[in-house]
Amino acid sequence: MIYFDNSATTKVDPGVLDTYQKVSNSVWGNPSSLHAMGEQAFHLLEQSRKQIADLLGAQPHEIFFTGGGTEGDNWVVKGTAIEKRQYGKHLITTAVEHPAIKNSMEQLAQLGFDITYLPVDDEGRISIQDLKDAIRPDTILVSVMAVNNEVGTIQPLLEVANVLKDYPKIHFHIDAVQGIGKGIQPLIMNNRVDFVTFSGHKFHAPRGVGFIYARTGRRIAPLLTGGGQEKNQRSSTENLPAITGMAKALRILLDDEEAKVQKQRQIKSMIYDHVQSFSKVVMFSKNQDNFAPHILCFAIKGVRGETIVHAFEQEDIFISTTSACSSKKQQASSTLTAMKVDSDISTSAIRISLDSANTMDEAREFNQTFDRLYKEFSKINGRS
Amino acid sequence: MEYTEIMVRYGELSTKGKNRKDFINRLGGNIRKTLKVFPEVEVHPNRDRTHVTLNGANSADVIGRLKKVFGIQNFSPSLKVERTMEDVQRGTLELLKDQLKAGMTFKVNTRRSDHDFEITTDVMNRDLGGFILDNFPGSIVQMKNPDITLRVEIRSNGIFLTSEIIQGAGGLPVGTAGKGMMMLSGGIDSPVAGYLGMKRGVDMEMVHFFSPPYTSEQALAKAKELTGKLAAYAGNVQFIQVPFTEIQETIKEKCPEGYLMTIQRRMMLRLVVALAKQRGGMAVFNGESLGQVASQTMESMAAINDVTNMPIIRPVVSMDKNEIIEIAKEIDTYDLSIMPFEDCCTIFAPPAPKTRPDIEKTRYYEKRIDVEGLLERSLAGVKIENVHAEQKFMNQDEDVFTELL
Repeated sequence: MIYFDNSATTKVDPGVLDTYQKVSNSVWGNPSSLHAMGEQAFHLLEQSRKQIADLLGAQPHEIFFTGGGTEGDNWVVKGTAIEKRQYGKHLITTAVEHPAIKNSMEQLAQLGFDITYLPVDDEGRISIQDLKDAIRPDTILVSVMAVNNEVGTIQPLLEVANVLKDYPKIHFHIDAVQGIGKGIQPLIMNNRVDFVTFSGHKFHAPRGVGFIYARTGRRIAPLLTGGGQEKNQRSSTENLPAITGMAKALRILLDDEEAKVQKQRQIKSMIYDHVQSFSKVVMFSKNQDNFAPHILCFAIKGVRGETIVHAFEQEDIFISTTSACSSKKQQASSTLTAMKVDSDISTSAIRISLDSANTMDEAREFNQTFDRLYKEFSKINGRS
Repeated sequence: MEYTEIMVRYGELSTKGKNRKDFINRLGGNIRKTLKVFPEVEVHPNRDRTHVTLNGANSADVIGRLKKVFGIQNFSPSLKVERTMEDVQRGTLELLKDQLKAGMTFKVNTRRSDHDFEITTDVMNRDLGGFILDNFPGSIVQMKNPDITLRVEIRSNGIFLTSEIIQGAGGLPVGTAGKGMMMLSGGIDSPVAGYLGMKRGVDMEMVHFFSPPYTSEQALAKAKELTGKLAAYAGNVQFIQVPFTEIQETIKEKCPEGYLMTIQRRMMLRLVVALAKQRGGMAVFNGESLGQVASQTMESMAAINDVTNMPIIRPVVSMDKNEIIEIAKEIDTYDLSIMPFEDCCTIFAPPAPKTRPDIEKTRYYEKRIDVEGLLERSLAGVKIENVHAEQKFMNQDEDVFTELL
């Protein structure tokens, strides 16, 4: 079995699962309880928080645990809107964001907020001039993803940070769900960013847990109000086994990150170099530094993405049509649409997404399978 | 960047005439104590400077610890290289690669205590300056106030390169002012007061009152962990825990509510003074700040102070809360201090304490309790513990948790 759908989700690391189980068995008090069991759980929670902060070069009080990437995105977008509504009602984002951002923005638009979606070029990247032109006196948020989940484009985060240095009141949010552990931490944790969203299950932690970074002094309104956990910013009894597991998963992810990134880049290159030579293949991801090392998106003209996915599945190779979120809805990829790719071609797109557990042998096997399937597709696709 | 030795410069003590030698020896001892975890490190205290030879110890860790030693004005980590131009150049590259950025200015300042060395001061300045210009594009030579001064000291045993001056903690070496007893509650003010006392050279012992079951083990652990934070400035600190339950219960039972707090404080002070006398302490330190709470009016201070003529030093007496908080954050006690555990000051706090207690009335009500007997029984239950720098008490499972993480 070859699993090339790591941007959809990853397998929980066995060591992480072990931690999850041990914590569930032995540190199961409520961190808010006054007694020793609560106290112990509280210390484990804070030690996990500190480990995550240290790994990211942040302060422990800048880390807030969430239920995952979607919650983090919703929180920063809507929390900013609520917190800063008397200062302005204009939010800027890109045309290629994950639905967790896009649909939060749409909800705000219905409540009277004004949203600007920055267009992207044929590589899926925004232009800094467009950003400068979009900023208004009433702009309260600029939200940009680090790595596009469908194509792998890395956005010019440092340039955005540089522009926003002149606008200290605007919240700058980066959705780093696809970006963590991919060799671009200095771009993400830059010295201007205010909020960053992370999701545990994208790096071998369990589902249902994530965290945001929130720079000291920057405030957003809570979405979950209640018992006052997470310094009153995110009420809900802390999911301690998952949080501890996530802290461990992050440590493992960032351990020797450079070598792991290099490995993924090599695998991506090997597949990239192979498939791009076929006449009906259209590449959307590029094999260059401003693309993530783990995402490869391309189309075989005339064959629906869904067909390709299932054909590979027959061979025990798991890939995806662009994002997992949109794949079951049979919609054209929103990123490719924003890149002005014709819908005839974008409905043929597939995505390979890698992880450091993948190997060059798997890439070789993929390429061989690709050759075979390509020939078969050519039969049904002979006329075009 | 791994340095090979560190040159430590003294501050105020350079001016302290005949006591100078004591100060230098004490500082040398304190440096040794704080660097004890690195057995390979050598410390050589001299009249003007102390030389610390690292012998392979991690320089970033050593620097971190030296920053907390009182009595150090500043220090310069340096790199020892062989006495050839190639080695000097290699060392210079290593030293400046993270410091000298494009657009920054620098100069080379050579001193030659070994006059037999073949390269003269001027030639070294010029040649090494040229080398730096070639290897750091965009750097600029500037003689007056450059961003970086590279000092090259040519000695008979090697050449020493230095480019950074790191500010020390200032103050006076801990121990040079004698011993003091700190009344450590667990709040924000008392650790800061303790820190400030230590900065003036006081060898501080922490006295903490605990009243089980009214106060929890966690509150005690918190006070100990705060002591660990302060111990970073002295190597280690004695933590003295004094049982206070019986005294509090007795006062509560026999004295009028308005005077509970004042009489409690008088009992605490008597206990601290008794401990000071036992242990060679010369003064009592506390975290009182004028006007902050009811016990901290001048009338109240007078009524409490009435029980002793030992000096009571209040380092934060005239500071605003914000100023105190700022220092607490700097010395990393703030986050601990704000953890919400009941301490013995809050647990029996009456709803309306007298802000202007009358000394005569205080003495009168106090006669209702057996002061001597209470003191004796409390002192018999005192426990003393040696607390190391950064020792942890709150999170007993830290090592177990580290395994899980």
